[in-house]
Amino acid sequence: MVDATSTAAVTTRRPSLPRVNSRAVVMTLYLVFLMLPIYWLLNMSLKTNAEIQSSFTLWPEALTFQNYITILTDPSWYMGYVNTLIYVVLNTAISLAVALPAAYAFSRYHFLGDKHLFFWLLTNRMAPPAVFALPFFQLYSSVGLFDTHIAVALAHCLFNVPLAVWILEGFMRGVPKEIDETAYIDGYSFGAFFVKIFTPLIASGIGVAAFFCFMFSWVELLLSRTLTTVDAKPIAATMTRTVGAAGVDWGVLAAAGILTIVPGALVIYFVRNYIAKGFALGRV
Amino acid sequence: MNKTVNQKAWFLVLPVLILVAFSAVIPLMTVVNYSVQDSFGNNQFFWAGLEWFEQMLHDDRMWNALQRQLMFSGIILAIEVPLGVYVALNMPKSGFWASFCLVVMSLPLLIPWNVVGTIWQVFGRVDIGLLGYTLDKLGIDYNYTQDSFDAWVTIIAMDVWHWTSLVALLAYAGLKSIPDAYYQAAKIDQASRWAVFRYIELPKMMGVLMIAILLRFMDSFMIYTEPFVVTGGGPGNATTLLSIDLVKMALGQFDLGPAAAFSIMYFLVILAISWVFYTVMTNLDKKGG
Repeated sequence: MVDATSTAAVTTRRPSLPRVNSRAVVMTLYLVFLMLPIYWLLNMSLKTNAEIQSSFTLWPEALTFQNYITILTDPSWYMGYVNTLIYVVLNTAISLAVALPAAYAFSRYHFLGDKHLFFWLLTNRMAPPAVFALPFFQLYSSVGLFDTHIAVALAHCLFNVPLAVWILEGFMRGVPKEIDETAYIDGYSFGAFFVKIFTPLIASGIGVAAFFCFMFSWVELLLSRTLTTVDAKPIAATMTRTVGAAGVDWGVLAAAGILTIVPGALVIYFVRNYIAKGFALGRV
Repeated sequence: MNKTVNQKAWFLVLPVLILVAFSAVIPLMTVVNYSVQDSFGNNQFFWAGLEWFEQMLHDDRMWNALQRQLMFSGIILAIEVPLGVYVALNMPKSGFWASFCLVVMSLPLLIPWNVVGTIWQVFGRVDIGLLGYTLDKLGIDYNYTQDSFDAWVTIIAMDVWHWTSLVALLAYAGLKSIPDAYYQAAKIDQASRWAVFRYIELPKMMGVLMIAILLRFMDSFMIYTEPFVVTGGGPGNATTLLSIDLVKMALGQFDLGPAAAFSIMYFLVILAISWVFYTVMTNLDKKGG
């Protein structure tokens, strides 16, 4: 109590200063720690290569957007973003489509081997992509899907489907079972009930699951790089082009990096109120 | 929730089963297949039995990689879990600043992993990176491409930067679910800050914290892209973690047999440890709800 009154006294005396407390200090330090490396990349992306290499400046002195223009006008660069977005969206759609009924089954019914099946699904989330890289390469080459968007989308299902099932099951458990029973008594078929009544109830769960599928597919590189060469090459792999005979093109590399952060930042903004619950996989 | 027994639910699970069978079981069988065969090229394979497994088990290379991997996972869990909980305790509970913190904290999680590597590779460089330059000017001899200790510090700092927010977000979600009445009761009892944490907040967070530890353990055990971009496994083999070693062996040297045997043992180790976590977690779930 003593603390509270003395801080209150300080604020009344000097109302222009924000109240300083330890919480704010800790959070500020942590957020600065998080933003500093990103700021440095942004800083570099707005400099010329000459400035990056010759002098050490905390902010761009000769501000230039040339690095961004290079990327956004060259198809071999920006197609990387398009390719990545295509397979990420495909993957999210496939994952949700198969995970929704399965999560419903897990959350509502007991059936033969349900617990084993659930754990087996989770083990796929634990499978190191490094283990799967070579077999995937051979599998998709043999069925003629190599270097297509759908191949990467299917490969990413390996870890996204179990995750989507896990998240959705958590959210569905929170919906009382009486709702299902009432709907069936009212004469709804399973399909009609699922689409018209149940889906709106777990809309936030679907949003969170979609967010996570998007996220993990967006950030993964090992599998997407192994499965593509030209036509479906992800942006992350395109970035290695900046390392040339004449050294590294730091400015363009930084600009490409910053551009990969943008979609993620946009998606976060839309789901910001559900992030915490989503990371807890709907289990809070 | 009490569930009804319904075998028809299998039909709802079928699509997942088919998809995962295609994208997990077939490749896994390929790996198993390679692990028990040998080849002299020309796609001619013959039975090798458990030879590769024996060879790998007697090979220092895998044991060293496993040792480094366990050290890496151990260190990052020891830093990230307490730090994440500490950050969560200090987060604003509601309002604009809570949303702001959530968005900023999630940002590193949404950055492609090779870009995370690139960010830290640049950040740590002595000539053009803020961190490396500052340390250098402070008179600290820092060079992550030459010195294995510095390389370790860099990849651990990177992982802490990248993933602490995940632990913090989970712990925060757990904290938010504690009813105010608990805190009021503690206040009446004049409980100390530590007692509130120890007897109210920690037990209530335990469930989500286990998820956090499980996720962090699994992901740190499979980590490949970020340290590979920063150090390439070097200097020497100092930061060659399991996945990096495996990719070197399988895609670099094309030693399919040993790599496949390595893969299977790698997967089994993750599986065993994760199973322990999962069992603890579901038991907590039962107790909590």
